[in-house]
Amino acid sequence: MGETPHRSADAGTGGTRVTQSHEWPAGASARVAEAPVSARTPGGNGLGGGGALPRNRKFGAERAFHGLTLAAGAMVLVIIVAIAAFLIAKAIPALRANTANFWTFEGWFPNDNPPTFGIGALAFGTVLSAALALLMAVPVAMGIALYLSHYAPRRLGNSLGFLIDLLAAVPSVVFGLWGRDYLIGPVTDLSGWLNKYFSWIPIFGGEGPYGNSILLGSLVLAIMVLPIITSLTREVFLQTPTANEEAAIALGATRWEMLRTAVLPYGRPGIIAAVMLGLGRALGETIALALTLGSTYAISFNVLESGGNTIAANIANRFAEANDTGRGALIASGLVLFAITLVVNIIARAIIYRRREFTESAA
Amino acid sequence: MAKRVEASNVTAYYGGFKAIENINLTVEPKTVTALIGPSGCGKSTFLRSINRMHEVLPGARVEGSLTIDDQDIYDRDVDVTAVRRMIGMVFQRPNPFPTMSIFENVVAGLKLNGVRKKSILDEAAEKALRSANLWDEVKDRLGKPGAGLSGGQQQRLCIARTIAVEPQVVLMDEPCSALDPISTLAIEDLMFQLKDKFTIIIVTHNMQQAARVSDRTAFFSIEKTGDPGRLIEYDNTQKIFSNPSVKKTEDYITGRFG
Repeated sequence: MGETPHRSADAGTGGTRVTQSHEWPAGASARVAEAPVSARTPGGNGLGGGGALPRNRKFGAERAFHGLTLAAGAMVLVIIVAIAAFLIAKAIPALRANTANFWTFEGWFPNDNPPTFGIGALAFGTVLSAALALLMAVPVAMGIALYLSHYAPRRLGNSLGFLIDLLAAVPSVVFGLWGRDYLIGPVTDLSGWLNKYFSWIPIFGGEGPYGNSILLGSLVLAIMVLPIITSLTREVFLQTPTANEEAAIALGATRWEMLRTAVLPYGRPGIIAAVMLGLGRALGETIALALTLGSTYAISFNVLESGGNTIAANIANRFAEANDTGRGALIASGLVLFAITLVVNIIARAIIYRRREFTESAA
Repeated sequence: MAKRVEASNVTAYYGGFKAIENINLTVEPKTVTALIGPSGCGKSTFLRSINRMHEVLPGARVEGSLTIDDQDIYDRDVDVTAVRRMIGMVFQRPNPFPTMSIFENVVAGLKLNGVRKKSILDEAAEKALRSANLWDEVKDRLGKPGAGLSGGQQQRLCIARTIAVEPQVVLMDEPCSALDPISTLAIEDLMFQLKDKFTIIIVTHNMQQAARVSDRTAFFSIEKTGDPGRLIEYDNTQKIFSNPSVKKTEDYITGRFG
């Protein structure tokens, strides 16, 4: 603050909190008059005070800043409420017009007359592809993060970490195009192979064709969420107190046992948070899935056959052709996505909260 | 359950920096040996080289030979984790595992050794906590986080964790420096009891503590900053504190330097 010079001339400023300017015209001068004059003359008792204590200020930087931060905090609430209100207001007319069951109908014809559409298959595809993506990404990400934080030489760890962050910066449309035009080849071959030998497992059954399947979509998603989860968990692992790592080593732990006793439990809340962030991205990912999935409207656990769809991808694919009801229907689907991510976040919070007794004392 | 520690010509480095040079010292079983000396004289480094914790830091290495009952712990074929299980360590700041309960902390070492049976773990936990004079204070809340205890209790928990695996030697790196006088007293009392079973080596900055708890005292010092630490004098504690043979030791214990 620029007023420091004034403070030295004012023996009355005693407490550390009183850093405001004395140049506020109205309130300040009024109170100045109340204080004994002798206490404020230059060359008084110095910064530590000695004279009468000045009163709290009604208007000052402290209060202004308090108000600003409050406004910023309130903004979050306003935005969330505004989004929810917008989604609900736009969705209701379309939902009223819908002649099929919104939850169970497998199809999306909101532009027809009468309109029929159902969210079931889309929501199912969204959750299935995101869950599969995490299933593939999380173990790999944790492996990379542990290697970077505890096995790799420091310099290698840092430069590889930087590369991982770079991967996170690749736009999703690039991943989508890459998946659609390149990855589809190997995935089709892999699907054929899986189907040939493992078709007795229902998810690998079916007759084909393969390619634009949930498998391809979730593989692309997995690659996209990998860097987020990796770089966050690496950060978390690096924060394990050395004292705890040494405690484990001194008990005769090998490196892996040390990671298991000290690093992984300590990083647990952070790992959960990282996975949830990855899940959030996977659930909301639009263009990469719009480019790779087969866009069908059926609830099926088969991950190999072309097909699958997600809420976000469906919005991207169908928005251009939508009429009023069509748009309302898409917005209703957006509302469901909103609810899904909300539930996911609440579950994550609950998991972290349940262990708070242990994690708080860890801090 | 207690073994002789013998160091000959132990020299330890941090990268290019030589921290201690040619330390020769023999610690008899079931005794308490105090390592004293000014800051930076290498007593902690020496302590950490006894259970091969020194080499955990990147670039750190140890030369010379260290034997536990004539077994060279720096032998190429020796499993380093076995060395650390045999030679337990208590650190300067209490460091219970923050995510674990009191019980889990105590049995952490046993679990690392593959002990899974609940009855054995229960028994070992109680035994270790009793030995650490902590049982009565925590027996009703074994499931609570270890980090929720007071500093002195946490340190005794760490001691319990260390002795639960029944090591031969217990190393203590300024175990009381973060504790209040009452907790310090509790830990000193504990050392007296533990000496029946273990060989104890303790680094301390507190000379009264060294005089109170130890049978033998080793005085380390350095010429000047950047020089390696050396063992100046090693003798019975009583002799060191009443009639040291080296002038430098006398200067240090009477407070004239360091």
